[in-house]
Amino acid sequence: MTVNLPIYFDNNATTPLDKRVLEAMMPYLGADFGNAASKFHVFGRRAEAAVEKARCQVADLIGAKSEEIIFTSGATESDNLAIKGVAEMYREKGNHIITCMTEHKAVIDTCKYLETKGCRITWLKPDEYGRVTAEQVEGAITDRTILISLMAANNETGALHPVAEIGKVAKNHGVIFHSDATQAAGKMPVNVETMGIDLMSISAHKMYGPKGIGGLYVRRHGPRVRLAIQMHGGGHERGKRSGTLNVPGIVGMGTACDIAGSEMLKESGRIATLRDRLQEEILNGLNDVALNGHPTERLPNTVNLSFAYVEGESVVLSLANELAVSTGSACSSESLESSHVLMAMGVPEAMAHSSIRFSLGRFNTTDEVDYASERVVEVVRRRRKMSPVKELQEVFGVRGT
Amino acid sequence: MEYSEKLMELFMNPKNVGTLDEDDPNVGTGVVGSPACGDVMKFQIKVDDEGRITDARFKTFGCGSAIASASLATEWLKGRTVEQALQIKNMEIAKELSLPPIKIHCSVLAEEGIESAVKDWHKKSGRRADAIANVGKR
Repeated sequence: MTVNLPIYFDNNATTPLDKRVLEAMMPYLGADFGNAASKFHVFGRRAEAAVEKARCQVADLIGAKSEEIIFTSGATESDNLAIKGVAEMYREKGNHIITCMTEHKAVIDTCKYLETKGCRITWLKPDEYGRVTAEQVEGAITDRTILISLMAANNETGALHPVAEIGKVAKNHGVIFHSDATQAAGKMPVNVETMGIDLMSISAHKMYGPKGIGGLYVRRHGPRVRLAIQMHGGGHERGKRSGTLNVPGIVGMGTACDIAGSEMLKESGRIATLRDRLQEEILNGLNDVALNGHPTERLPNTVNLSFAYVEGESVVLSLANELAVSTGSACSSESLESSHVLMAMGVPEAMAHSSIRFSLGRFNTTDEVDYASERVVEVVRRRRKMSPVKELQEVFGVRGT
Repeated sequence: MEYSEKLMELFMNPKNVGTLDEDDPNVGTGVVGSPACGDVMKFQIKVDDEGRITDARFKTFGCGSAIASASLATEWLKGRTVEQALQIKNMEIAKELSLPPIKIHCSVLAEEGIESAVKDWHKKSGRRADAIANVGKR
């Protein structure tokens, strides 16, 4: 068994750049440096052609038309543009937004900001697996509802909302549906038509593209979604997002989408097999481990486990030289707050402190999975020997393995 | 989170992990913290007839700083009288381990754990150490 340490199992945080993506970007970091807005010379035209090709590649991945893609600096900006853009533009129609407690902070904090500006937010509570139902969403709609914002896949647990059903509900009630698909896009099929999505945020660096580039899909027909501009300036991106285009980033994102689209079927199957193997080996080696998130309605690459009696940071720290993973424990965060996602799902706080997220990716191998699971089992066993297990037994509401 | 070398050494190879016999009248046990907050420390001390701590053990549910703080505290406990044990202050632990400001509470917990174990020993042994007067003043 040969593995290079440390092993990277934190692909939901970010992914390494695919060499093919880097190769495609290189000319635009060199000789082809033109500004895509310079229409009258060859430098600009080359840049523009590259951007438009990338726009088609991004659109193809999500079943959209190229003119429906706006390039942004990343999914956080896309979320801000979508939510604030709708809230401002449709102010006269209403002020009510429906979202969920497990969203990414880019959505949660944007909605909280809008709350201070007179919007009313419904924070749906997910079930124990981190999912909401279409009925729950429908029940929250009022005649003042202008937007539903629900992520396609959760970054911490991989849990999938029934997005297509929610899309139908949104359409039936004439409410705009935004979905943050940062984690889903590139890992599983995502289609704005079949899922009934009107606005969709995506990011390049979660699918082996570069950081600092993302996109927002904005539906042009049935309904045509209008957004209040958030970034004023030179009128780039059809006036919806000003700022000189990040041509190398855009080319990288296009290539990343292209690769994801053509290899997804094979790749997601392979990664799911690795993920399942990791989960199984850990569960076989240890008692009192709980799965956070849905067992099947889940991203193929993600497994989030709580190891009763050991605090997450102590496991992550013990393995720091060997394995890159993340924890939902408050102790590892600057704010000392436990994962808001696990809290919303009703995971006992002690179990949230004990959670570790493993997120696999394109470049992981079976050997890495076997090494990692063996070490995780060893380290958890060792750390449990240091833990006052007897005193803690009552508080750990372990749901079994 | 950037941890000092000393802290990492104690975290990776903690000293005095384990338990003493709770039924021994010379053993005091203290459990402090809360699992919901992510830190629980259990301290045990064994005290001889002169009121000197001959052994100290800990078990901790917690982060790197919590484990290292508890380990350091047990090292400092050994050989001290219970009176001297109560003089161990959290800021000494924090300083020794260069705890990040956000982790200072781990050292506070260690100080509370020591007090709690001494209190229990006093209650069980029925002996009066001079230090007892100081216990529970916080």
